[in-house]
Amino acid sequence: MMTALAVVVILILSAMLLGGLMAAAGVFTWAERRLLGFMQERLGPNRVGPFGFAQWIADTVKLITKEDAPPEGADRPAYFLAPVLAALPILAGFGVVMFAPGWAIAELDMGVMFVMGMLALTVYALVLGAWASRNRYATLGGLRAAAQLLAYESFLGLSLMGVVMLTGSFALGDIVAAQEDRWFVLVQPLGCVLFLIAGVAAAHRLPFDLQESEQDLVAGFMTEYSGMNFALFFLGEYLAVLLVAALATTLFFGGWHGPVLPGAVWFGIKVGIIAFVFVWLRATLPRPRYDQLIGFAWKVALPLALLNLLATGWIVVGGA
Amino acid sequence: MGLSGAFAIWAGALGLVAMALAITRPNVVHALIWVVAGLISLAAGFFALGAGFAGAVQILIYAGAIIAVFIFVVMTIDSGDAALARERVRLGKGWKLPLVLVLAVLAPVALSLPGGGLDGAPVAVPAQRLGALLFGPWAVAVEVASAMLIAALLGARHLARREGGQ
Repeated sequence: MMTALAVVVILILSAMLLGGLMAAAGVFTWAERRLLGFMQERLGPNRVGPFGFAQWIADTVKLITKEDAPPEGADRPAYFLAPVLAALPILAGFGVVMFAPGWAIAELDMGVMFVMGMLALTVYALVLGAWASRNRYATLGGLRAAAQLLAYESFLGLSLMGVVMLTGSFALGDIVAAQEDRWFVLVQPLGCVLFLIAGVAAAHRLPFDLQESEQDLVAGFMTEYSGMNFALFFLGEYLAVLLVAALATTLFFGGWHGPVLPGAVWFGIKVGIIAFVFVWLRATLPRPRYDQLIGFAWKVALPLALLNLLATGWIVVGGA
Repeated sequence: MGLSGAFAIWAGALGLVAMALAITRPNVVHALIWVVAGLISLAAGFFALGAGFAGAVQILIYAGAIIAVFIFVVMTIDSGDAALARERVRLGKGWKLPLVLVLAVLAPVALSLPGGGLDGAPVAVPAQRLGALLFGPWAVAVEVASAMLIAALLGARHLARREGGQ
């Protein structure tokens, strides 16, 4: 009886988290467009509701009601599966994020590994969407996506292993608890920078969005998508930014620790600041060439992440 | 059997169905999607049994990287109607007898395995214990495996080289 009750409670909490995340992603699209407008000396969406705030609701309604037009030669099962795979793993990844002490759907011992795995699964959305569309721009985008995500995920994991070594645990709750006196960004600055770079690539955001790259590939892997399927790809991208920001907050910026305000509020503030940095990067940096992008991952970032791991190992073993 | 044991069996059954579909699909990309589904089911089973590290590695390495590379390769080769027709012909014949033989061998093995681990609450295996095993009694095997990976890396480098020493 108790277990049945527990399952119902977890389902209700999950539904609340889902709703909250969808709304957060929507608000984030509005905030990004306003911020980009500000940074590019224009206004951005400012007509629908106060400060244009209701723009994301109007856009959602538009996208839901819009006709979906899969191309004639498309592989329909894969074509419709791909957008779902863009959003679903990211939503599952949020299930283990701890917003405040005890505030998580599931307190997994392997929290860090689980979130990494969920981020890794999003590659299928891009690759399948590209393949199923039977479109040359899409195929080029899909090939770029597969090579890029493999390159950047290799050091995404290594960059945060320093934190795991210092804590001695993969559980997100333990990692935050270990940062009560000192945030890990102070002891793992290189790991933090590498993690954020890999995070931008994992969320395939500018300057690492060569799989979309409007100037040369139309819209890359999602060229043939419209309506709600297109919206799901976008939802996946914005949720991925929030997930990477939540993970960075947890691993390097002390999670819910902070004075006066409640823990969950601090967590939200830190996630918001990191998400702002993502928007700022988009407005500031141009895209690199593709060989530069891949070369940086394998020749610069991966060796640096390994060195960071080695140095952390020396400190942990030497200090023990 | 507890809730987690039941969930592990459910995940295992889903995994079996997914893998069977992976073998019988004529379209190679669809087959790979079912392989990924099977791997994720297996990982879910691992999580339910308390082997969180094995489950996470299953998703991260196998589903997230290895099969992604497979799909990457498959995208670049022909999978048009001619290839589909060829696969249908191949799948239509010749595999039923081998399947029966394999099942005849595997079924007694599967039935002889101890059915432990499904009773009561799962016992979580911390990553430290796995690490201690890998770098203790199994250290030589781990090093041999890594030597094989280096050989593969050098092979890939050799295959990818361009004429003219670039």
